[in-house]
Amino acid sequence: MPRMTNPAPTQEIADRLEREIPGSVAERTDQHIAVKPEALLAVASVLKNTPELDFDYLNWATAVDYSSHFMIVYNVVSLKNNLSLILKARCDNRQDPVVPSLTGLWKGANLQEREIFDLMGIRFENHPNMKRVFLWDGFTGHPLRKDFALK
Amino acid sequence: MTSYEAMYQTEPFLLNAGPHHPSTHGVFRMRLTLDGEVIQDVEPIFGYLHRGVEKLAETLNYTQAIVLTDRMDYLASMSNNQAYVLSVEKLAGIKVPERAEYIRVIMAELMRIASHLMAVGFLLNDMGAFMTPVLYMFREREKIVDLFEMVCGQRLTYNYMRIGGLSHDLPEEFIPALQKLVDTMPRIIDEYDELLAENEILLARARNVGILTRESAINNSVAGPVLRGSGVKWDIRKADPYSVYDRFTFDVPIGSVGDVYDRYRVRIQEMRESTGIIQQAIKALPAQGEIQAAVSKNLRPPVGEVYGHVEGPKGELGFYLVSDNSLHPYRLHVRAPSFINLGALRELLIGVKIADASVIFGSIDICMGEVDR
Repeated sequence: MPRMTNPAPTQEIADRLEREIPGSVAERTDQHIAVKPEALLAVASVLKNTPELDFDYLNWATAVDYSSHFMIVYNVVSLKNNLSLILKARCDNRQDPVVPSLTGLWKGANLQEREIFDLMGIRFENHPNMKRVFLWDGFTGHPLRKDFALK
Repeated sequence: MTSYEAMYQTEPFLLNAGPHHPSTHGVFRMRLTLDGEVIQDVEPIFGYLHRGVEKLAETLNYTQAIVLTDRMDYLASMSNNQAYVLSVEKLAGIKVPERAEYIRVIMAELMRIASHLMAVGFLLNDMGAFMTPVLYMFREREKIVDLFEMVCGQRLTYNYMRIGGLSHDLPEEFIPALQKLVDTMPRIIDEYDELLAENEILLARARNVGILTRESAINNSVAGPVLRGSGVKWDIRKADPYSVYDRFTFDVPIGSVGDVYDRYRVRIQEMRESTGIIQQAIKALPAQGEIQAAVSKNLRPPVGEVYGHVEGPKGELGFYLVSDNSLHPYRLHVRAPSFINLGALRELLIGVKIADASVIFGSIDICMGEVDR
């Protein structure tokens, strides 16, 4: 079994993304690549369907509330090439945050995007079943947002 | 009504299985749409045990949050402890003493055996071998729980691992008792395997039932024995060796068909491999040495983020932590294998007979404490 002791080469991947989808990469560090939310679906498609990258496994997805904006964080893994990449998309609209759903590429995104919707209130466009997953339908607010106070 | 078609018109039957049902392993509900005995659609409904662990962690300091991890997958608290402390150590750059690392490996592998015993026992329960096999499994699990009680005084929520080490060193009587257990373990696993794996009824209920193909397993992000049962050789202990796992030789068993039987088989073989790892760890365990690194009580990890993961009994268990240099995690996200593995349930159940539903569900092996968090 190959080992993923080496982090994914973000520079190489970011260059490739810029070549295929110009203007898609917003930020790059050694740990992650942040992309523009409108380019997210196209970027994810390149990551999954390029044979040299082959990110076939969506390990997890979550979101972080930075008060001024949301950051949606994905961890995609290539089981064959043993690469692990943190992919981020920044979402500035706090009133009605929307990002494209990745369920069309990875079915594993289905429940996890519902979890983010439930707890963070970010809507995923074209999700087949955009409903709350833990809390009940009549619940108001999204508990993981920083402005949701614990009693 | 005139025609026979109109007289005998059928309609789909809606059945609520759970939230309180012996085969749902906790408070879990399936809304099944049935056509006769065949499942047309299924909607898993959960959240009954949601305690908001991720939100609560933002109000606690890094050490206090360890107790929350105990209460997620309560059949594998040690593994949860390990995944969490490992992530915090990665975030804060803490080096763990070698003796503590070996003890952690021993605990994690004992936990894997205990969790797999429960998974296999309850799977047989779901097949109709009511209570007899699971009580045998409980007998062995009891011995493991006794060992845990010996080191930390707890039998379910251990809270044993600390950031940078462990809460207590091993008592004198621990290693002899552990040695005795792991010496008998292979024979016991063989005994169960002989009793069960050649059983006609088990084979009929498990072979070619609930097939999850390799492609589908990967696409649905399933992990652990479910992923390996579908023939994907993927184990975090090998893929990204943490702790001291790179010092042990062990095999990663995989299935070929991806049915209930393969998932059962993988768990049985993993118990054997775990026994082997413990044997090696006992030999290599440094006899003396620190078990706790110097860590500030008011730990403030530097600004940053980290993802740390372990191979838990139910699959890849990871913590994504964001730190803003304060006493509390700014954000803590759990990659909960039970929750993500449930994503494949709909695909597995549509088109099968209702009698197989509880068996297939049981073969995924979930823990509601971890699903709902």
